Amino acid sequence: MASLDDLKKRIASVKSTQKITKAMKMVAAAKLRKAQESAEKGRPYSIKMNNIILNLSGGISDKENAPKLLSGTGNDQVHLCVIMTSDRGLCGGFNSNIIKKAKSFFSKISNEGKELKIITVGSKGNDQLKRVYGKKIIENISFKDSKNPNYFDADKVGKKIIEKFETGEFDVCTIFYNQFKNVITQIPQAQQIIPLNNVEDKNSSDESYEFEPDEDEILSNLLPKNISTQIFRAMLENSASEQGSRMSAMDNATRNAGEMVDKLTIEYNRSRQAAITKELIEIISGAESL
Amino acid sequence: MSQEYKIDIVNPEKSFLSKDDVTEVVVPAFEGEMGILKDHISIISFLKPGIITIYSKTGEDKFFVEDGIIEFKDNVLSILTSSIINLKEMEKNKIQNLLKKAEEDAGSIGISDQSKYLIDQKIEVLRSLN
Repeated sequence: MASLDDLKKRIASVKSTQKITKAMKMVAAAKLRKAQESAEKGRPYSIKMNNIILNLSGGISDKENAPKLLSGTGNDQVHLCVIMTSDRGLCGGFNSNIIKKAKSFFSKISNEGKELKIITVGSKGNDQLKRVYGKKIIENISFKDSKNPNYFDADKVGKKIIEKFETGEFDVCTIFYNQFKNVITQIPQAQQIIPLNNVEDKNSSDESYEFEPDEDEILSNLLPKNISTQIFRAMLENSASEQGSRMSAMDNATRNAGEMVDKLTIEYNRSRQAAITKELIEIISGAESL
Repeated sequence: MSQEYKIDIVNPEKSFLSKDDVTEVVVPAFEGEMGILKDHISIISFLKPGIITIYSKTGEDKFFVEDGIIEFKDNVLSILTSSIINLKEMEKNKIQNLLKKAEEDAGSIGISDQSKYLIDQKIEVLRSLN
């Protein structure tokens, strides 16, 4: 059994760890509120954008000559996966969940004999993937400097993706991120952004729009913007998820530390009591033998 | 009958402005300025750099935009833009900064005709503000 001194030290160290996790939980809770707010505020933009594109693609007359960003290159041989993770750790299963989802997608792709390219956004994802998929990672983007996700950053990623698409480096682009449901649940998502497959809800409106200039031109202007918007949305969802995940992870850690302190305290008291009893027995039996 | 309709201006970060007592909006559409009154036909268009003017009962508001998409449908005008500034809040040195940046962009080589056109528009608007 550990000595009293050792136990005392351990209790002290667990207590100080608990203080740290507690503080991190508080910070995450405060940040979560902000992140959630901005995720909600950002929603109207992406919803409206989606609506407009839906209406537009419904109204497009010449499907054959539709922009490639909408209809794709015609084959799906090369897949680009954009893995969006956080830059910081200690957030529970947040990053691992995305990576797990991505890895199962990767193996599906390679089983089908298709080529895979990876862009990682956020350093944690890069760390986890580079061991196995190091050669496939063509770029690693990290926004350590910007505190909150902003559109400017998303636009940078979007432009990079479009640039690569235009030079024919890939056919299909999928982004991976965590969708924020609530503090305890974040759902890893795989969303295909190129080509855009929004066929599922064509029931929007059949109303005819007037276009100025014509549909094609608007579409070719709008689609790149939509990519950035989708990425921005993913970033917002991700940052809310990250904070939520961190908060619950730290909450668990704090609780575990508390349990551990309790257990250790009991053990400490017991062994203290045992030591006293032992000493008493020694004294008594010493006195008796006289 | 009222002649008012609703306008929503959103940018990626938040909902920028929402008003439902608008009588007329003049937007710098790509192919020229366009005034939108109530019961306009459904339209989708995109914007070039310029000034959006909103006339409402409470007066008129002016905003500088660099780009954006507008959609008008069922008497709701939605403007999606990533860069919008209220002219009242726009200071002289900010205008000058933007102008300087735009002039630099215009000077760079290898830009397409369309972006050149857009930059020229921007410079023109900024100069008129200055």
